[in-house]
Amino acid sequence: MLQQKSKKGAFLALVCVAALLALVVALENTLDPTKNILLFTSLKKGAVYALVAVSMNLLNGFTGLFSLGQAGFMLLGAYTYAILTIPVESRESVYYLYGGSAVKFSLPDLFGGADTVPGLVLGVLIALILAGCVAAAVAWLIGLPVLRLKSDYLAIATLGFGEIIRAIFQWDKLGPVTNGANALKNFPTFSSFNITNADGQVVFRLSTFVAFLIAAVCIALIVLLINSSYGRAFKAIREDEIAAEAMGVNLAKHKRLAFCVSSFFAGVGGGMFAMFANQAQAKTFTTAMTYEILLIVVIGGIGSVSGSAIAAFLYVAASEWWLRFLDAEMWVFGIKVPFLRTGFRMVVFSIIIMIVVLFFRQGLMGSRELPDLFRRRPRKSPRKAGEHNG
Amino acid sequence: MQYAVSILLSGISLGGQYALIAIGYTMVYGILRLINFAHGDVFMVAGLMMVYLSASLPLMASLPLMLLLTVLLGFVIERAAYKPLRSAPRMSVMISAIGVSYLLQNLATYITGGLPQMYPSLPFLSESVTILGAPTKWVTVVTPVLVILLVLALTQLINRTKVGMAMRAVAKDFETSQLMGIKINSVISVTFIIGSFLAAVGSMLYFTNYPSIVPLSGALPGLRAFVAAVFGGIGSIPGAVIGAFLIGICESVIKGSDWSVFSDAFTFALLIVILVVKPTGLFGEKATDKV
Repeated sequence: MLQQKSKKGAFLALVCVAALLALVVALENTLDPTKNILLFTSLKKGAVYALVAVSMNLLNGFTGLFSLGQAGFMLLGAYTYAILTIPVESRESVYYLYGGSAVKFSLPDLFGGADTVPGLVLGVLIALILAGCVAAAVAWLIGLPVLRLKSDYLAIATLGFGEIIRAIFQWDKLGPVTNGANALKNFPTFSSFNITNADGQVVFRLSTFVAFLIAAVCIALIVLLINSSYGRAFKAIREDEIAAEAMGVNLAKHKRLAFCVSSFFAGVGGGMFAMFANQAQAKTFTTAMTYEILLIVVIGGIGSVSGSAIAAFLYVAASEWWLRFLDAEMWVFGIKVPFLRTGFRMVVFSIIIMIVVLFFRQGLMGSRELPDLFRRRPRKSPRKAGEHNG
Repeated sequence: MQYAVSILLSGISLGGQYALIAIGYTMVYGILRLINFAHGDVFMVAGLMMVYLSASLPLMASLPLMLLLTVLLGFVIERAAYKPLRSAPRMSVMISAIGVSYLLQNLATYITGGLPQMYPSLPFLSESVTILGAPTKWVTVVTPVLVILLVLALTQLINRTKVGMAMRAVAKDFETSQLMGIKINSVISVTFIIGSFLAAVGSMLYFTNYPSIVPLSGALPGLRAFVAAVFGGIGSIPGAVIGAFLIGICESVIKGSDWSVFSDAFTFALLIVILVVKPTGLFGEKATDKV
């Protein structure tokens, strides 16, 4: 009975995701991208942040390990992706300060160059997977000492780790690999996936679709993990470490697994962030970025994957797009609206976040998932119920 | 020799400034078990207030006003952002602190327009002096003295007065002290007031050494001061001061060597090593887990 229900649920989820992806393709090819640049920027950045937020939620929400190292793992992923995919011919110009790169190959070139379909798809795919692997490997190393720490000490140690990584990648001596403090660029981005004709004109846009596809596949993998026996062990650790241990959950092993998997997807997310931003630079991956992702997780509801994903899009759209009018001066009936000037958007935005944190502590979804909202009819309407819990 | 003296002097002065911030962290942690991520930003806001107040008022008026407003800010933050979450899990309060820090930074960006603000040069503190052949500012000499005086006053307050006794009781056991008739909320408010006052004094000394303030100026000194507090054993005031001086000197030495990029990395590496080897820090109390 239960088996049947979950099979039906999985099928429904698959259909919904496919419909969403189809909608993205349709939107991208019907709307004029130059007029709707904010929409597509928000969608792409939202997809990246959704993945990273879900990966952080796996750690903070499902395993109860309060880690603040996400930006550091994203940095590792972004640099790994960039270093492996910059075409060989443009390495000279990117690394001009260091007289060329120490890495003499490029993954897309190995498969026939970034202009060909197999070169692009295989190159980017393998580079993203390797980006995740590097982040996961480093997480394993860091985890050996750090995961023995409890709650806030773990948070501070991982925060410190993020800062250390950033300093190392900006070091001059590593310049031939990391390009020092300068940005890495010219690697394949989301826009490289747009199909062009012989004249270089775009005939079919796929850039946003690719961002959504990668994020969707990764989030699906995380959901599968959460629903497996490992996921149940994670939740047991979150609820009570001692009880979980007594029940036979190997604490060290499961914590390490959660930390590595979370970092793997943060690394993939970092690679995607580099694709989104068209460059990878260590100074973008600051503690502020980790805080941003943490706030997304909180707004979405700690312990809800769909909540994190929805909150990521809302957060990015609000900060990049909807609240943008607050930054420009505005006149209503000849009177200048007070306070509106550059920076006001972020003030309003942070006040909204504080309100959510203080008064709607459950976030959008609490610990429920999207399908839960439709399944049973609670007494109140489902959205309201979530807000009252706070 | 002269170079070594100047590095050591700047390290000691930096350490003193970190100590003033670290005390705020360590006291709040001792009582609320909360890492007050917004503390570094309160420090930055104090600096900005000084910039704006001294533009229109004489120093005699702007300095006390700045101290008063910073104290008020610390008080309001606690009442608005932390008090409603008193019974919530610790993680929610920490997230609220991160939210406040984000808000203060964005507010500062809005008010300054994102432009660096010139810190006013204070009479006496900004004037030059030569010690053992190393030229420096008076602030370098004043900082350690002032820090020691303030810490002595603080320890007197904590050990000799009624409110100090209440603080120690609350730090020991939150709920029992409440049952004993201690007004928890006022004790916590006093803690935040003291912390903000010391951060305001610290910001005056710290920013005198730097030409300008930006909205992110508070983040890194805040984190370093936090590391100092952990290093010394969080919850312990002498520990925080000693930790801050050590970290200040280390930073100054590394900044003067070829490894200057790694000054922050070193601080955090030290943090991780300390946390792993001796999580309670130099002087921290050993916490026992009750099952």
